[in-house]
Amino acid sequence: CVHCSSASGHFVFFIIYATRSLIIQIHQFILQEDLNKKMLDGLLEFVKKSAASFWCRDDDWMSRMRASEIPTAALVLGVNMPDHTITFESMTELLHDSLTPFVASVQAKECTAMKQLMQKVLQRLMGTNVMVDEDEAEADLGFHTRDCPQKRVNCSLSALCDWYQSATKKSPVKSPRKRLSSSQSEFLQSPPVVVIFRDLEAFSPQVLQDFILVCSQYVHQLPLVFIFGIATSPSTIQRMLPHSVSSLLCIELFQSLSCTQHLATIIDKLFLTSKFHFKFSAKVLQVLVGIFLYHDFSVCNFIKGLQLSLLEHFHSQPLSVLCCHKQEALVHAQQLNDRDVERIQQLPSFMRYVEEQVPEEQVQLLTSSEHVKGVCQKLLKSLHKYHKNFYPALRCLHVLTSILPKYPLGKQIRELYVLCLEKKVWETQEYDSAMQLIRMLAKDELVTCLQKCVEILTFCKSKKLKKVGQQLQDITATCEKLDSKKIPTDSRKMMCTWLTACFVKSVVFCTQFPRTHLYPPESQPLYEVWYYSSSGTVRRHLNATPRTSIQTALSHPYCYLQNEALKNDSGIISSAAPDICIIYKLHLECGRLINLYDWLEAYATVATAAEGKDPSAIEGGKVDELKHARFIRAVSELEFLGFVKSTKQKTDHVARLTWGGC
Amino acid sequence: MSPAKRAAEVSGLYVRFVGDAEVLEHIVERREGAKVPKGSVQKLLALKEDQGPQECEGSVGEQDYLDALGTGATAGEEDGGGGGGGSSGPGGSAVFTFQTAKRSHKMAQMASEMARAPGRTVTFCSPGSPEAAGSPSRGSRGAAGETRTPPKVRPTGGRGRDVRSPAGESWASRLNSFLPQGRKVRFVSSTPHRLRKRLAAPNLRSESDSDLSPSHSEDEEDDDEEEREEKEELREAELTTPSKVAAAALYRTPAKKPKKGLEPSLVEEYFTAHASSKVTTSDRTLQKLQTPKLDQETLARLLDGKPSSYADEINQLNKEHEKFFSKWMLQLQLGFNVLLYGLGSKKPLLERFRTSRLLGVTHLVVNGFFPSITLKSILNSITVEVLEHQGSFRSPVEQMDFIMKSLRQDPSLQVYLVIHNIDGPMLRSEKTQQALGQLASLTNVHVLASIDHINAPLVWDQAKLSLFNWLWYETTTYLPYAEETSYENSLLVQQSGALALSSLTHVLRSLTPNARGIFRLLAEFQLESRDNPSYSGLSFQEFYQRCREAFLVNSDVTLRTQLTEFRDHKLIRTKKGADSVEYLLIPVDPATLTDFLEKEDAQ
Repeated sequence: CVHCSSASGHFVFFIIYATRSLIIQIHQFILQEDLNKKMLDGLLEFVKKSAASFWCRDDDWMSRMRASEIPTAALVLGVNMPDHTITFESMTELLHDSLTPFVASVQAKECTAMKQLMQKVLQRLMGTNVMVDEDEAEADLGFHTRDCPQKRVNCSLSALCDWYQSATKKSPVKSPRKRLSSSQSEFLQSPPVVVIFRDLEAFSPQVLQDFILVCSQYVHQLPLVFIFGIATSPSTIQRMLPHSVSSLLCIELFQSLSCTQHLATIIDKLFLTSKFHFKFSAKVLQVLVGIFLYHDFSVCNFIKGLQLSLLEHFHSQPLSVLCCHKQEALVHAQQLNDRDVERIQQLPSFMRYVEEQVPEEQVQLLTSSEHVKGVCQKLLKSLHKYHKNFYPALRCLHVLTSILPKYPLGKQIRELYVLCLEKKVWETQEYDSAMQLIRMLAKDELVTCLQKCVEILTFCKSKKLKKVGQQLQDITATCEKLDSKKIPTDSRKMMCTWLTACFVKSVVFCTQFPRTHLYPPESQPLYEVWYYSSSGTVRRHLNATPRTSIQTALSHPYCYLQNEALKNDSGIISSAAPDICIIYKLHLECGRLINLYDWLEAYATVATAAEGKDPSAIEGGKVDELKHARFIRAVSELEFLGFVKSTKQKTDHVARLTWGGC
Repeated sequence: MSPAKRAAEVSGLYVRFVGDAEVLEHIVERREGAKVPKGSVQKLLALKEDQGPQECEGSVGEQDYLDALGTGATAGEEDGGGGGGGSSGPGGSAVFTFQTAKRSHKMAQMASEMARAPGRTVTFCSPGSPEAAGSPSRGSRGAAGETRTPPKVRPTGGRGRDVRSPAGESWASRLNSFLPQGRKVRFVSSTPHRLRKRLAAPNLRSESDSDLSPSHSEDEEDDDEEEREEKEELREAELTTPSKVAAAALYRTPAKKPKKGLEPSLVEEYFTAHASSKVTTSDRTLQKLQTPKLDQETLARLLDGKPSSYADEINQLNKEHEKFFSKWMLQLQLGFNVLLYGLGSKKPLLERFRTSRLLGVTHLVVNGFFPSITLKSILNSITVEVLEHQGSFRSPVEQMDFIMKSLRQDPSLQVYLVIHNIDGPMLRSEKTQQALGQLASLTNVHVLASIDHINAPLVWDQAKLSLFNWLWYETTTYLPYAEETSYENSLLVQQSGALALSSLTHVLRSLTPNARGIFRLLAEFQLESRDNPSYSGLSFQEFYQRCREAFLVNSDVTLRTQLTEFRDHKLIRTKKGADSVEYLLIPVDPATLTDFLEKEDAQ
């Protein structure tokens, strides 16, 4: 760390960072749980129900019809597969804890054939059991010795049935969770066997069909339940399985939250709140959202970006020690050392603040470190206050503008947020057009919006905003009152003026409100403490372009080697450049095949000239050894980098592997 | 620049230049791959010395294309490039240039241009554009021009010569190979007299056809020429009579250039160039070299101790990267893995990191560029060296499971994996990367790796990327890939065969005397027929016959078993001939084979 003054200082940042990333993880965890809670609850209910129906099978016609159907839950999870891991993990855990010890989760790439699939399922089911019944050491041991040779010999579902019978008999009412009531004892005696197919699309249809067919034969003895993880759409099942097979399944569909909704929730919970002090500048947020929307749809990667920027922020900005809860920050501010005070004085936002002060104050701020600390505390307080007001105001504005046609200020709140971070939102054209559209809103639409605003404002902590909320409520109340009253004809005119007055008031509110609260954070002194703004770093580390870098280094060595001999206008290279650059440049002139001899000769000409000799001196294949060696090295380096490869098409030729920039 | 000229330029007038050879080409259909007479390069060289400084503007075509491409390349460049020196890199258009169709001796010409002016510079921003020099006609045309009309105006400034050719222009002219090679050159000099010559490709064939009709008389052209001279004080340094015809004619009837319509897409361009299997390169081979092929040792000796001319800058660059060490360490500990990319060997950098930061902790160095590295060897070193497990495993999967389990059970054991070239040829397979990714995803395994191949990122899909959890670092070092490339079987390096020889002797030593005899038989036969260029191997039947005669085998089953063993050890190769007979061949060069037999005899 370049900036860190001491090891202890470094340590402090690290600790803070560590706690913070912990907070993020926890937040993330809660979110994940919350988001999928609905789906998981539904799933749990489904498994429970299907298992129950397995045992309380009446002799009625319906259940006999369903007898050979395997209950199946199809989970539509979205296209980013790596993100599903967390969902599946929490699901397995949940099933394990509350319903059944028999859960096997399989992935397509480990099951390319029926045999392997069967083997994996059996292994996981039986293995799971071993892990669960840890106190039954004897059975455990016996199981192991019996299991290993048996698996190879007898890898069939009938073996599984036998095992299931014995396992349920052996561990009677061995409740995985104690809080399950005794009324479920019958249920616990025969917990369902759940098989999770994590990535249904990747399975070979034939394997899947066979497995389902086989399983349907045993459905009377084994309470099987399938769970399909689907990335694309439920129609995949129809596409993969013929009717004869899919008719054996009793499918219920579960839809998870889409990843964009997931992202919106994360931004909402982590950024649009004054509780979490680390903030992104507009650019960084745009970069991360861009990576999400245009590259991977991965919420996990977004979180990774967040963690990285958090780390970078704490690593590169020593003043980030002040980026924490108000009380803590005030204490930290009191303890700042002289160097930190100097750093504060050098912050652009602080310098702007100093310039605005009266001369005596300016002198104080520039000389007395104690005074700076005091002012710093004051400024930190106001920074906290500013954020307390900022987010409710932002939400209000979003409520008002998100119903407008064509969404002049963006449909998602994050778009509006970026806009507000960048500049004074009320000075933009989009804002003007939005305000014009608000004026044209129907009364009841406007009133509904305003009521939502009132809700937001009354729940926030700031007194100032609460007051505004109160005023707004008065307006809406009057509006409604006027609406509900039977208006006698004579007083109608008067009512109209009342109504207009209310309307004007509310519109004035809409236009004035943001001006007082939605100043961009750059306007706040000390904002650098909270805001991370190096979008380039984030992009470089997460979304790198290795090939561009290599090609830049080859064609423009001056970008990396600041030597005057290499300095030139763009696109120009001198003969004094490193060998590999010259070789690269020469190879760009060639077509599909490159004649090595010509290449060598061309290189020798350049290299001789670079030494200040007359290049025409080389005649008839006389190339000195050193140049030959340098040529060989450069060519093998290009080969190593993947620009050329050897070919047998023609003697002493190499093939070019790149085409233009591709 | 005279006002008239400026006006002409603004209104889109172009002076077009068509060389005599091009006119000829235009009438008689051009033959592809016409060879340049030898020595033309040198001739050209001498001539070009006299030319005024010239510069061509980058044409609109390329820019348009890049605009259409969107910000992709350029935006990436903004952030991606220039990280090393802190300066912003050049635009994407400059980095990703477009290649033109092959011109013979293009490279030689480029080289001579670079060479001629060591202090000066040559631009390459649109490499291989149809600079006339590349085409066979250029030499003669230049010569004629030189003798006929010596330039009246010559730049006096000592400005360096910049040659840049218009890429977009070249595109247009490349589309139809029968179109004459266009040339668009703008003269710029620091003197007040600005020479400006614009030569563009005649885009409409019919138009130029009519213009080039033989009815134009010489006088007429001369008039035109004079007229123009009066107007613009412009001198064409290289004009010959026939080309004047064309130039003047075109000047008289300037046509609008339908540039956009003629621009082919990059894809079309690609397929046009790759459609024919015809190769238009010269037939010279390295045999012509008087210096013999160098072997690995000589190469190393020659290159050793020859510091680069930019040693200071390179050192400074590497010092910059070393500042990241503490950050890498921190990020590794926090669950990220670090991936280095950029030009130059990153091995020394990683080694310095290892020696300065990892000495006290468990770490494993994997040389991914090593040609015989396997996943099994990596896993073995983890199980044996790190986990100190002595058992063997039935399959890599089982071994992986064991490693994962052991490492999960012991979170206090922190393992650092330093992988030089995780994109190495032996590690590229899906399974290997999956296994490495699984290792990397463990919380107590920290991976620090480097990549060099330009297509290396293609090794990972979304799932693997999430396993690896990379943080990318650009570390351009400009250091030579000395160790990395020493394993590569470069075309230019004479293989000493030492490795092949030792492997041969080692394997054979473990075989039965009969088996050795069988191999010897094959080797001898191969040496006997080494002068036969069409020798494709010994057929199985014949080989069996010979073996029987030598009492080495008693049935063809025995021989087949033996051959399978050889094949498994890569001692022999079998090939199906045209008559579907199996041919056996030892894939070792004759010299090594002779050495081997001699060694065997000595024993």
